[in-house]
Formats: sequence, C-alpha cells, structure tokens
Amino acid sequence: MRRVFAPVPIAVICAVLALVALLAYGLAANEPDRGAEEALSSGTRQPAPPLELPRLSGNGTESLEDYRGTVVVLNFWASWCKPCREESPLLDRWHERMKRGGGTVLGVDTLDLTTDARDFISEYELSYPMLRDGEGETRESFGIVGFPETFVIDRRGRIAAVRRGPVDDAFMRSQVAPLLRQGA
Amino acid sequence: MRRAAVLAAAAVTLLLTAPATAAAQCPRTSLGDIEDEVMCPVCGTPLGLATDAPQAERERAFIERLIADCRSKDEIKTALAAQFGDAVLALPGDAEDDDLGDVLVYVVPALGIALAAGGIAFAVVRWRRARGPRERQASGAGEGQRRLDADMERYEL
Repeated sequence: MRRVFAPVPIAVICAVLALVALLAYGLAANEPDRGAEEALSSGTRQPAPPLELPRLSGNGTESLEDYRGTVVVLNFWASWCKPCREESPLLDRWHERMKRGGGTVLGVDTLDLTTDARDFISEYELSYPMLRDGEGETRESFGIVGFPETFVIDRRGRIAAVRRGPVDDAFMRSQVAPLLRQGA
Repeated sequence: MRRAAVLAAAAVTLLLTAPATAAAQCPRTSLGDIEDEVMCPVCGTPLGLATDAPQAERERAFIERLIADCRSKDEIKTALAAQFGDAVLALPGDAEDDDLGDVLVYVVPALGIALAAGGIAFAVVRWRRARGPRERQASGAGEGQRRLDADMERYEL
C-alpha cells in the first residue's frame, strides 16, 4: 500500500492520465461540425455560417450574404477531386434552371491551385459564380472533411439540405426544386 | 577581311555559349529539396510523405513547373504560400507571422535535452555516492580476511 502512494508511481499515473486527456481532447477537437445535419434531423434549419471569399477570377470578393433572398447551392470542390468532375456538368445545368427561379449555384474552389481551377472551369464550361478558398479556411465552419460537399441554402440564409459527396439529379430535384417553387 | 572573320567567329562563340551561361546562373533547386519543407495542405503531412494524394501530385507538378522556370527555392515557397497560405510552409520561421510557436519549437526540445542530461548527471552522482561506502566496506572486509589468513598460516592447528 505504501508503494502506491510513493512519488514515482503517482507521477507515472499522472503522466498517463495527462496523455489520455490530451488524446481525448485531440479527438474531440478534430471532430467535424455536424450541427447542420443535427438541426435538419430535428426538423429545423440553422443559419449558414458567414462566408466571404475572393472571386476565383481575382476581381473582388463576394459573401453568402450577397445572395440573401435567393436559393443557393453552395458547392465546395477542387480540381484534383475526381467526383467533382462527375457532378460539375450537372451543377451547371441546374444553375441555368435555378437562375429562372431565383437561385444560383455558387462554387467554392478549396485548397487548389488557381491555374488548375481555371483550367477545370474552362474544360467543363462552367458558368456559375466561383469563389476561391485556397487556404481552406471555411472547411471548419461548414464541417467539411472531403470533396465535394454541397449545402443547399434557402432564401432566408438557412441550411436546408447537406450532401457530403457528389450530388445527383435526384438530390437536386428533391432538395432544391421545392425551395425554388416557394418563391421569394 | 581577316579581322571580320575573327569578329564573326567571336560572335558565333558568344551566341553558342550564352544559353549555357544563363543556365549556370539559374538558381536551380530540386523537387526533393522542397518536398520536405512544404506541406500537402489536404493530407496534413509534409509533401514528401504524401505519395498518392491527388492534391499532392498537383502540388508537385506546380513545383516542377516553377523549377523549370528557373525559380529559386524561396520564390517557389512564396508562390506556394500565395496559393495555399502560410500553413503550406512546414519549417518553423518560414511563415511571416513570427509567432511564439516558431520559438518554442526550438526551445522546448533544447530544454528537454538539458533536463534529460541533468537527470542523468544527477543519477550518476547519486549512484557513485552510494557505491563509495559499499566499496570501502568491501575493501575493509578484504583486509580482515587477509589478516585472518596470515594468522592461520602462523599458527599450526
């Protein structure tokens, strides 16, 4: 019994506990934010995190707030991401449809080289507006862990749907079309 | 006429050697030299360790293009930081933020080494102090044994 309370075992136990606490903190701190999905599963919509980024073209900045009153399909992508190649033509087609109903697709090129991103846009002839987040600063606020990820934002600036992975036509029909029909 | 021929030959020589001279002045670096000093931002590891990640492959291609353009290592790092931010720079002190972490990354290991050396020195001193009396005790016991042996030899039992 005396040996357990000796200084060395106590120091070892404290060191082990500190290490375990540090590991637990590290795991908890790296947990992606899933607040939007949790809100949606409980039947509510949480406001989209603020987002202000430079345009990929290099001319000025844009914010999500600028699109208030329109339905926004906010798509995080990168030119090196293979699934992004599959969904981009679909997003462009939907952007054309959405424009008529008061909506837009808004691309955010993330952790990418500007030249590669511009080549990608030319290759797929994408017409929707593009922002650039080279440092990936918005990943944390939107809980992004992979690419592509898409957030459907309603006219009041709230997240109405989330897709972690490439979108398809069924997703766009079920999540975006009803918001467009709701009108301003 | 002869003078003109000499001048023409000199001009041709100059033209032929000019690219070689320019190449020698080009501050060449290598992909391997840079890979260890920059990060793959998506992987969260140094670029040299990110072997298969698509983003890392693009980053390597970008670096190779800049090397081919005769850009120096510092220029390439600056170009990468312009694309991905300072987080792409793996070495402490490369970023221009001058934060405390850049100092601590050198001070903490130095302190650790100093503490470890001090601990070892302390343990050695304590061990030698503990060993001294035991040796004296052991040597004292040896002397007694020798005296006993000598006495035993002197007496016929």
